[in-house]
Amino acid sequence: MAEQKRIDQPTGTETVGHEWDGIEELNTPLPRWWLWTFYATVVFAIGYVVVYPSVPGANGAPAGYLNWSSRENLQSALDARQSELKPVYAALAATDITALPGKPELMNQAIAGGAAAFKVHCVQCHGSGAAGAKGYPNLNDDEWLWGGDLATIEKTIADGIRQPGHDATRMSQMPAFGRDGILQPAQIEDVVSYVRTLSGQEKGSASSARGQALFTANCAVCHGPDGKGSRTVGAPNLTDAIWLYGGDRATIAQTVTNSRYGVMPAWSLHLDKVTIRMLAAYVHSLGGGEAAPAPVSAPEQAADAASAAPAGAGNVGG
Amino acid sequence: METLVMRAGGWLVVALLAFFALAYSADAGFAVHMGIVMLAALITLVVTLRGADYGAIARGVLRVPADQSKYDDDPIRWGVIATVFWGLAGFLAGLYIALQLAFPALNLGLEWTTFGRLRPLHTSAVIFAFGGNALIATSFYIVQRTCRARLAFPALARFVFWGYQLFIVLAATGYLLGITEAKEYAEPEWYVDLWLTVVWVSYLAVFVGTIVKRSEPHIYVANWFFLSFIITVAMLHLVNNLSLPVSFLGAKSYAAFSGVQDALTQWWYGHNAVGFFLTAGFLAMMYYFVPKQAERPVYSYRLSIIHFWSLIFLYIWAGPHHLHYTALPDWAQTLGMVFSVMLWMPSWGGMINGLMTLNGAWDKIRTDPIIRMMVMALAFYGMSTFEGPMMSIKSVNSLSHYTDWTIGHVHSGALGWNGMITFAALYYLTPRLWNRQRLYSLRMVNWHFWLATVGIVLYAASMWVAGIMQGLMWREYGSDGYLVYSFAEVVAAMFPMYVIRAAGGVLYLGGALIMAYNIAMTIAGNLRTEKPMTETPYNEAADRPLVPVAAE
Repeated sequence: MAEQKRIDQPTGTETVGHEWDGIEELNTPLPRWWLWTFYATVVFAIGYVVVYPSVPGANGAPAGYLNWSSRENLQSALDARQSELKPVYAALAATDITALPGKPELMNQAIAGGAAAFKVHCVQCHGSGAAGAKGYPNLNDDEWLWGGDLATIEKTIADGIRQPGHDATRMSQMPAFGRDGILQPAQIEDVVSYVRTLSGQEKGSASSARGQALFTANCAVCHGPDGKGSRTVGAPNLTDAIWLYGGDRATIAQTVTNSRYGVMPAWSLHLDKVTIRMLAAYVHSLGGGEAAPAPVSAPEQAADAASAAPAGAGNVGG
Repeated sequence: METLVMRAGGWLVVALLAFFALAYSADAGFAVHMGIVMLAALITLVVTLRGADYGAIARGVLRVPADQSKYDDDPIRWGVIATVFWGLAGFLAGLYIALQLAFPALNLGLEWTTFGRLRPLHTSAVIFAFGGNALIATSFYIVQRTCRARLAFPALARFVFWGYQLFIVLAATGYLLGITEAKEYAEPEWYVDLWLTVVWVSYLAVFVGTIVKRSEPHIYVANWFFLSFIITVAMLHLVNNLSLPVSFLGAKSYAAFSGVQDALTQWWYGHNAVGFFLTAGFLAMMYYFVPKQAERPVYSYRLSIIHFWSLIFLYIWAGPHHLHYTALPDWAQTLGMVFSVMLWMPSWGGMINGLMTLNGAWDKIRTDPIIRMMVMALAFYGMSTFEGPMMSIKSVNSLSHYTDWTIGHVHSGALGWNGMITFAALYYLTPRLWNRQRLYSLRMVNWHFWLATVGIVLYAASMWVAGIMQGLMWREYGSDGYLVYSFAEVVAAMFPMYVIRAAGGVLYLGGALIMAYNIAMTIAGNLRTEKPMTETPYNEAADRPLVPVAAE
């Protein structure tokens, strides 16, 4: 096919002279800005390749002119962060948690660090806002199963609740009254009626009156004669409107029948002491934190603190 | 008669082999797949034995006009229909998984409908089923016309079409059944990979055979791009899928590479699937349909040469930018980044050549919605090929990586460039392939254009905002020196963006449904009586094109 170059009318440009299915091509030169930008990217690439590592080698890649490496880059960032935190960590490690309220600045630093650690380790169960979920306590309120002062929270976090294989863990087990045949289904219904009168969800009835007797015989040993619970064994207060698993009849009946066995990990197995201290300070700060209980006797308190501080997971009672 | 017996016997043997593979299969997924293969072989056997002219019957059902041209257009007509069908399936799957991200309950609690299984179904349906069928159909159309030659090996061309559909069905059902190599965009297992290899080599044979028997002295630029696409995809597919099956009667296989080598091979493949499947192949479509629809010469022959060679040379090295700040050695990350930066202008060469081809016909943007689609496609092509090199720069990547910015980037390319140019090609092809006077409705094309455009804007804008927000939230430190947000808080913050993205998907799918109706009506031979698109008279004197500047 003869090549027929022609001048394209609208553009005034010559065609190359080829034609395919009616398609022709103009012989427009490369746009200058396009060409020079292309050259500029090539020059940039050459410069970058000289400055940064870009050549594979048998014994590791040669470093570029800047001697930069992503590993060192990361390590120096981590080191910088570490040295920034060092004074705070040292101070927190040396300060017993009960002494923190006396050092507001250190307390604030502990709360900030605890908030960050909480987002990584705790939100999965307790939620981003620490509001909890069914089976996972709300940490914003002033209802505490095992106690809400700083030292008690720290101990709960460090040793966990019902952590298998960890001797210092907080331990208690409610009997499965129905499953184990301690109470008959009708009796459980009566107990449920009584428990619901405690929190004012139901009015007194014949059933609740029968339940009261059963409660005194079976439940009061842990939950107390008035149902206000006991922090020694983590037995919940039944007189308020706060329910860990639910306060409707069916859920309470299920709890009494099968019991519950909630577990929290002993975080001392995963985290360092300072992080746990910071977490305790943060949880304490959420709104329900309690002041340290008045010392029963000064020497006992001192002994407790002394044994708790060095061992971390010492054998301290609730 | 003898050849008929031979052929029928061959299909029977295939069906029997598939039956035994089914009976002795090591796992349920492989059994289902062998059942599908057996069914396909039996259908082919029946078709062969009945000896009826199914081609003629199909031509009747599909309203195919008596073959008046000298070109072999039947597989292209099937390809147009398959492209529309798989496009709708892929867009619907995409919309559904977008809604799953906003409303996780839509996972339905069933393993087959979880995001993890539907996501590869969506990506493969749009890239390989919708895009792949569009590429095969348009390449067969273009290569015949620009070579002035009938397709070489017509039987093989039909095998390519049907074999590719079988590949799609096996891949899609495999994802739902949980059969995967866990390599992004290369999820199908070893036996499906082998089948695709056979189909793809046949495709190459048909394409090269047609070029060889051409009656034109030169090979048109569209065919360079198609050829680079077919050859490179074959190479990528073979290397990335090198693997050893656990059993020849089971689905599971293990990759030949491990660790960072496997990651680098995967992203060498993954990035060049974008480069050669979604860029080179679709540029080939652009190089034919834009000058044809605009009725103008291609802007610059020289630019097409320089940008073709620079594009295919540079693209193949850019894959490591998917692995910035990982275990990949620093030198490989550096090279991946600089080759991506150098890729910017070669990519833009295609955009310039496409847009400037309208020189002397700019008025058609106002009057012709198909040209409008092509221009929008090229604009999105230009945007995403600037965004890509920018995101490959390591300091930008440290913010953008693992965020939804990447998803937004991919979709501005996929919905804007690949989708729009394919729609334009389908609108161009349908009246010509079915020998209709015009499309059923040009106004519907306009509706499709606007629905798709607004859909893309919603999609891309929400994902840009979402991605940058995500990146900034992940790395935000408070004045106290600690991270401010937990991962779950970042997920929760994404919700409104996910809803906006899904709304964009609804619009895009809506546009595609209008297209499907329009194309179906065109095939049926109907013409919608409607007012013309524009009444504005064309003033030739006011249309002043750019005056080209001398090169030297």
